[in-house]
Amino acid sequence: MSLAADLGIAFGRVAFVMLFVLNMGGLLTWVERKQSAIMQDRIGANRASILGLRLFGLFHPLADAIKMLTKEDFRPARADRVLFGLAPFVSVFFALTAFASIPFGDTLRVGGREIPLQAVTLNVGVLYVFAMLSLGVYGVMMAGWSSGNNFALLGGQRAAALMITAEVAIGASIMGVIMVYGSLNMMDIVRGQGALLWGWLPAWGIVTQPLAFVLFLTAGIAATKRIPFDMPEGESEIIGYFVEYSGMKFGMFAMADFLETVVIAGMTTSLFLGGWQVPYLDAAGVRLPWGWTWALPHLLVVLLQVGAFVLKVCAVIFFMMLIRWTLPRFRYDQAMRLGWLGLFPLSIANIVLTGLVLLLWGGRP
Amino acid sequence: MRALQRFYLVEVLSGVALTAAHFFRNMGRHAAHALGKKDARGAVTIQYPDERRPYSPRLRTLHRLVRREDGSPRCVACMMCETVCPAHCIYIVAAEHPNPEIEKVPARFDIDVGKCVFCGYCVEACPEDAIRMDTGILEFSSYTRGGMIYTKEALLALEPAGPDGHPRSPIPIPADRTP
Ligand code: SF4
Ligand code: SF4
Repeated sequence: MSLAADLGIAFGRVAFVMLFVLNMGGLLTWVERKQSAIMQDRIGANRASILGLRLFGLFHPLADAIKMLTKEDFRPARADRVLFGLAPFVSVFFALTAFASIPFGDTLRVGGREIPLQAVTLNVGVLYVFAMLSLGVYGVMMAGWSSGNNFALLGGQRAAALMITAEVAIGASIMGVIMVYGSLNMMDIVRGQGALLWGWLPAWGIVTQPLAFVLFLTAGIAATKRIPFDMPEGESEIIGYFVEYSGMKFGMFAMADFLETVVIAGMTTSLFLGGWQVPYLDAAGVRLPWGWTWALPHLLVVLLQVGAFVLKVCAVIFFMMLIRWTLPRFRYDQAMRLGWLGLFPLSIANIVLTGLVLLLWGGRP
Repeated sequence: MRALQRFYLVEVLSGVALTAAHFFRNMGRHAAHALGKKDARGAVTIQYPDERRPYSPRLRTLHRLVRREDGSPRCVACMMCETVCPAHCIYIVAAEHPNPEIEKVPARFDIDVGKCVFCGYCVEACPEDAIRMDTGILEFSSYTRGGMIYTKEALLALEPAGPDGHPRSPIPIPADRTP
């Protein structure tokens, strides 16, 4: 019985994360259209309807999926048979698994059990997300290589270069966060952000590591391969690594980009925006800085925290979409320059600065 | 100033502030519209097949042949329009008019709209004010070249556009296109 319950709980944790990420990814195709439209004084896609019901164009992701699935699945004659078919799956797989160690809530206690609300509890959660994100680029490189098309190859090569650039900046900028909270475990990092600085300011990563936040978000947006960092795709110049793909395989590459957006948003939330933390809400209930407390039931607290996490992720995604629909794209050399001469030295400086402050401050908050 | 621009972050933030302001203003207008304030518009989009913007009265659209009171064409088959047409897309066959005071009448009057360049010379040239391009009809299409040829009967049946320039007669559908 207990084994079955354990299995059920493990399954439930994975299912929640899986469904959350997948649905967010699907929904983002709608958000992308609608948000860009409203930003540009347009209406956006609103024609797909089921029995006359349009629901602000919410059926368009569905219509897209049907269209993609019924299109011809074309494979060029000179393409590598195995790699060509495998590439989109690799892309989506790693984008999907990356979210696993991001916690979406505090420990849930029901029936004497303690359930940490994340798909898998990992001591090296930060490194895991990071590794999965980097592995995702293998799918893109495979696509570029196996298509038998020079433009696709160029796109794949650019994706690899961009990923390394972004990766170095991401890795170096989260170093400061790891130093401040003293852990590689995402859950511990989020817990650490529940502390209050000077008794009133939540010690979120954005407060303790403002520079790292900017650097991480920039590099993170680069890691999603979307405008302004879309050189692997470069619609206006090389079309990119998926130039030979059609049908649902093409859709999967587009999907992987959206999934990566969700992962980067989740990571930003967990590392810099306090994850599931609600300010002044701890396990027992609301506790305001000037001593006023209000006890809340455990389940409500957990629900509030999960809700806060989802809300923060949505806010970060909104911001990333805002960037995507505001900025023009970088040229390849500009992106490289920004990555290696801008983000990388700054994040190294951030590490040194964080070390100095920690030394003078005398430890962690 | 240049250093500030090269630093990029300030410029990014000002750009994001601009687009975000548009987003939230438009969302507010959409919400006001949904709550009953019907003159609030969150977008400048005109949802074309459902709504049209007012057309200028000078807009040259599909031709029509003006009718006399008895319904016969006012055209006297003088061939002026056919001669002036730079695209050679008007084809007229003249016939005797039963009324001796009127010299001729077109037995056939075909316009190949697929060739027409909408210059309006035919309207300018006509001494009888018998051909006009004021139907407001823009949507003519066909699967074949033959389907783009409008005959005398079709052109005679058309009405002038309304005051906002929108067509009042239905779009003539060529025989090869089932609606
Ligand atoms: S509008 Fe110009 S091209 Fe068209 S029928 Fe008249 S004269 Fe010919
Ligand atoms: S110019 Fe006028 S009257 Fe003469 S043939 Fe053309 S439409 Fe008829």
